[in-house]
Amino acid sequence: MSGAFSNRSFVTGFLITLAVAAMALASYAWTPYDVTRLVISDKTQAPSLAHWFGTDHFGRDILSMIMIGARNSIAVALVAVGIGMGIGVPLGLWAAARGGFVDEVLMRLNDLVFAFPALLSAIMITAIFGPGAVNAIIAIGIFNIPVFARVARAGGLAIWPREFILAARAAGKGSAQITLEHILPNIATLLLVQGTIQFALGILAEAGLSYLGLGAQPPMPSWGRMLFEAQTRMVIAPWMAIFPGMAIVVTVLGLNLLGDGLADILDPKSRRRA
Amino acid sequence: MTAYLAKRLAVAAATLVLASIVVFAVLEIVPGDPARLMLGMNASAQQVDLLRDQMGLNAPVIIHYLHWAGGLLTLDFGRSYTYSVPVIDLVAERAIVSLPLALMALLLATAIALPVGLYSASRRGQAGDTISMGAAQLGVAIPNFWFALMLIYLFAVWLKLVPAGGFPGWGAGLWPGLKALLLPAIALALPQAAILARVARSALVEVLSEEYIRTARAKGMPRRAVLWRHALRNAMIPVVTIMGLQFSFLLAGTIIIENVFYLPGLGRLVFQAITQRDLVVVESVVMLLVASVIVVNLLVDLSYAIVDPRLRGRS
Repeated sequence: MSGAFSNRSFVTGFLITLAVAAMALASYAWTPYDVTRLVISDKTQAPSLAHWFGTDHFGRDILSMIMIGARNSIAVALVAVGIGMGIGVPLGLWAAARGGFVDEVLMRLNDLVFAFPALLSAIMITAIFGPGAVNAIIAIGIFNIPVFARVARAGGLAIWPREFILAARAAGKGSAQITLEHILPNIATLLLVQGTIQFALGILAEAGLSYLGLGAQPPMPSWGRMLFEAQTRMVIAPWMAIFPGMAIVVTVLGLNLLGDGLADILDPKSRRRA
Repeated sequence: MTAYLAKRLAVAAATLVLASIVVFAVLEIVPGDPARLMLGMNASAQQVDLLRDQMGLNAPVIIHYLHWAGGLLTLDFGRSYTYSVPVIDLVAERAIVSLPLALMALLLATAIALPVGLYSASRRGQAGDTISMGAAQLGVAIPNFWFALMLIYLFAVWLKLVPAGGFPGWGAGLWPGLKALLLPAIALALPQAAILARVARSALVEVLSEEYIRTARAKGMPRRAVLWRHALRNAMIPVVTIMGLQFSFLLAGTIIIENVFYLPGLGRLVFQAITQRDLVVVESVVMLLVASVIVVNLLVDLSYAIVDPRLRGRS
């Protein structure tokens, strides 16, 4: 990782991600204004020195809401990645270790999940089992499972035929032990890169669900919901739509750059400018 | 090739059957009795039971499933609980909005992505490459519904060039219809174009390092002709694969985008049906969408054989 900080993509992505995470953490201790207090006399104020990003139709400070909304976006996407990794990786490793019938069945199940447009199914799940952050996490998490299963399986299959695995076999280690001690550490970097990408996709998906009213419920601020509330007020208060959207773009961009940078660093073959 | 074709078809059919079981099962466990929902809270238990009988809800689950699945095969999707019209009519009426929208978006995305990918790959490492790939990176990060809001603000609220939403219907003529679909299609296409441009660039970069490209250049073939005739054709496999996958994103994307623009399409239909618990509509539209994803992926796989003649011989 010594060359990591000479990779522009990685450094930019890392700094952006760090800043967004810091903003979310800071919001627990301090926000410029209290977003639970509605100050109607301050409603739909344009950006100014007092309110950098302006205020919404209840007079709440948009910057403060974006800071608190970051928590929700990060938490939902992070746990959804955790679900996908926690279930998908063991399944993929299992398929790679066993091969044959197990592999075939797992991969066909994967195909099945991929046949459902993820967002459509997430909308269905949250709408049927009730809107809210928890159901949004589950809905997004389910569609992370096959993604990680595929990555873990492909990574595992590439490593199983290697000589050091043969050596471990000869030393009397079983499949499970080899998987844990040799396969998993060797695909960890692949999983990290995929994790960053899914994290970014999770943020986008969460924003989409809360835009439709199916994510975190008010009064908890969320970026998607802020956009929904901005839509009918675009003519009088365009800043209500501009800034939450930019928060999403910057966060997702940061994570994607981080993922791209990581992939470049960890796999010299994919390096763009050698 | 025939063996491959047969296996691929069998897998697609099996996936379709499994998918129908999943959709059916999920909606079967949804709380709420559709018959009760239709008749309202004041209906007597007898009335509800009678309607349940008519709707086939009292039959064993297996029979109910087979009846439903059989109906799907003959395009008989049943009747909508809320609209009280055959679902197929609703679907047909909405599809004439959604399909042109998805198609426009796909065409737009391809029309943007391929030239950008080609341009970037042919100027690999130069300023033009860095700028266009930076733009693509940004495009991937933009949520399509936010982009839609910004487009509405710019072109509908500010410049007043196009309507902010709604759909006049094709009866009003081709141009008003296309005009209403223009902004939604651009909003849907942008993120997909960005993804596709990145894929096209990396596929082309790989192809351009092949020896036959050097040979073509060495025999005096102009650079442009090499790019379009040899490189692009050989880079098409990953590009077509991603386009197939994007079809499913576009379909799902229509749900949000049609809500942003108040378009009476399939996405809005399924979203409204979910919130109104109109399960017959939900399961039919979801199955249709899933089926089209499976069919498109099948076509993509088969198109490899057309793009790459080497695959034709393989069994």
